[in-house]
Amino acid sequence: MSVTLQVTSEVLDVRRAGSYFVISLTAPGIAEVAKPGQFITIAMGGEESSMMLRRSFAIHQVQSRGVYGGTLDIVVSVHGKGTKWLSERRRHDTLAVVGPLGTPFSLPKSPVSCVIVGGGYGSAPLFVLAEQLRDRGCRVDAVLGASTEEKLFGVLELKRLATAITVTTDDGSTGIKGNVADVLPELIDRVNADVVYACGPMGMLAAVAEISTRKRVFSQCSVEEAMACGIGVCMTCVLPVIGDDGITRMVRSCTDGPTFRGDRVRWADVGTVPEDTYGAPVSGVRS
Amino acid sequence: MSRALFVKPSSSSGPALSVDMTASFAGLELPSPMLTASGCAAAGKELDAFFDITAIGGVVTKSIMMQPRSGRATPRMAETPSGMLNSIGLQGPGLERFIEEDLAWLNNRGARTIVSIAGESAEEFGKIAQRLRNVGGFDAIEVNISCPNVADRGQVFACNPVTAAQVIQSVKRNSDARTPIFAKLSPDVTDIVEIADSVIKAGATGVSLINTLLGMVIDPVTMRPALAGVTGGLSGPAIRPVAVRCVWSVRQAFPDVPIIGMGGIRSGADALEFILAGANAVSVGTSIFNDPSAPFRIHGELQLALAEHGFSSLQQAVSYAHRPADTTREVPITSEQSSDDDWDFISE
Repeated sequence: MSVTLQVTSEVLDVRRAGSYFVISLTAPGIAEVAKPGQFITIAMGGEESSMMLRRSFAIHQVQSRGVYGGTLDIVVSVHGKGTKWLSERRRHDTLAVVGPLGTPFSLPKSPVSCVIVGGGYGSAPLFVLAEQLRDRGCRVDAVLGASTEEKLFGVLELKRLATAITVTTDDGSTGIKGNVADVLPELIDRVNADVVYACGPMGMLAAVAEISTRKRVFSQCSVEEAMACGIGVCMTCVLPVIGDDGITRMVRSCTDGPTFRGDRVRWADVGTVPEDTYGAPVSGVRS
Repeated sequence: MSRALFVKPSSSSGPALSVDMTASFAGLELPSPMLTASGCAAAGKELDAFFDITAIGGVVTKSIMMQPRSGRATPRMAETPSGMLNSIGLQGPGLERFIEEDLAWLNNRGARTIVSIAGESAEEFGKIAQRLRNVGGFDAIEVNISCPNVADRGQVFACNPVTAAQVIQSVKRNSDARTPIFAKLSPDVTDIVEIADSVIKAGATGVSLINTLLGMVIDPVTMRPALAGVTGGLSGPAIRPVAVRCVWSVRQAFPDVPIIGMGGIRSGADALEFILAGANAVSVGTSIFNDPSAPFRIHGELQLALAEHGFSSLQQAVSYAHRPADTTREVPITSEQSSDDDWDFISE
């Protein structure tokens, strides 16, 4: 992996977007080299904070040049003490940032047909991806899904970037009533998709991967696993993934991921250690 | 071990940034007392992206077992006030791949290395030690007899003086006589001094204090245990007073036994606390997750703190909190104090 930096960032802007907050921050040296699908980690609550674990955020937008040098945007969904603290930051506050981290999406060499699928604010890393796919002459069709309208993220923005966009909500408050899995099969067929890129909750990724594999379409899924360190040392963010040699291993979402081939993750077994995993306990003797 | 007499250090020259940070103990001579805590730094490679891994005292590697090990199911961690619970379950590549990849990388990089080993029986510990002796390329062994994340609590060898001694004997028998052996102890015992006594008699060169405390969190939403493994090891600043107490007690009982102190060290002031309580070196663990540069940063902060207190070397500060009450005034020594009340430092 390329250079990873630890920097003090300055908050430039915090704004609401539906249920979420979009935070712009300076990230000199990070914004310039970040690739689509990579993430940053941010320490919560300042130097004396009782929150010891960093939170990870997909890099949403990047601007490599400007008044502030390299800047980037993240999307924050408040669901705990840390993210609440982060959403309360204001312009000129500083943040301890590490990045860019993780394995990015891999991009096609030729102008193929791509479908990008985002669940909730999982769409955050897909914007830069869509841009780069368009730059390569790819057709980009987008599907954004969420439980309800205000939990969708970036519909208007993505409308500009994608060739076409489909929106689903579980409650039918906007777009098609249902979820992304309901519309994906037909879309893959209609646009003759070669690649599906997805980011969102585990259940959605499992469905997207299953549909893609069934339709013999290559899929890349970016997982949202809880991480303690984000840099590959703590071994908390593991999930069972099949390697090139056909062997399942517990691999790290932070460094081996967060982007995985959809057909390699054992989605149904996430949260467990399958019996045939490399180094798995023998008949439950070990833990 | 040479230890300072209990004399107030010189403070005439103000903060001396040239504080000698050499940590000499157990036959080791490290340029810094800062180590990484086992299980919080993998084998050093990832952290080398954030600071020069050869600039700190050394890397204590994640506990390695003979066979590859998948570890436990997820969730494996839960954040707690000023700390975290982990339930990794000693995931690792197995000894041979560790030797081929991790140990080779550390040697290539020129990093001082303390290999942490774990086993399910005294024999397994011995076999690992034997294989490591044949391979070489490390500075010491830390024997993890206190990992709480095993299915059978009977496997926490460090909870029993007899089983703890058996493991240490097995490692000692199978190691080069010159290899320092540190027994990593659990605070989850009635009397940690008794366990320390037992492992020292069994041949441990020194002790590493402390491993995590067994803890548990119930998720208020699911109303079930937050960890897949139900219980986990508590680490981070929350456990620091427990760790300092353990270092203090063992130091008091064994004035000359090498001690590596750890448990929630986040700043130079925290590290100094352990040194003053009797640690010869300190490991930084959970704080690495908060700040990947922590071991390197804390080295600088500790050096500054030592200078501010008028110490000219790290060695002078080791166990300094144990000095008799009548040998010094109770006010902290500051650089502003006049030089006429300086005492000469005497060491033996």
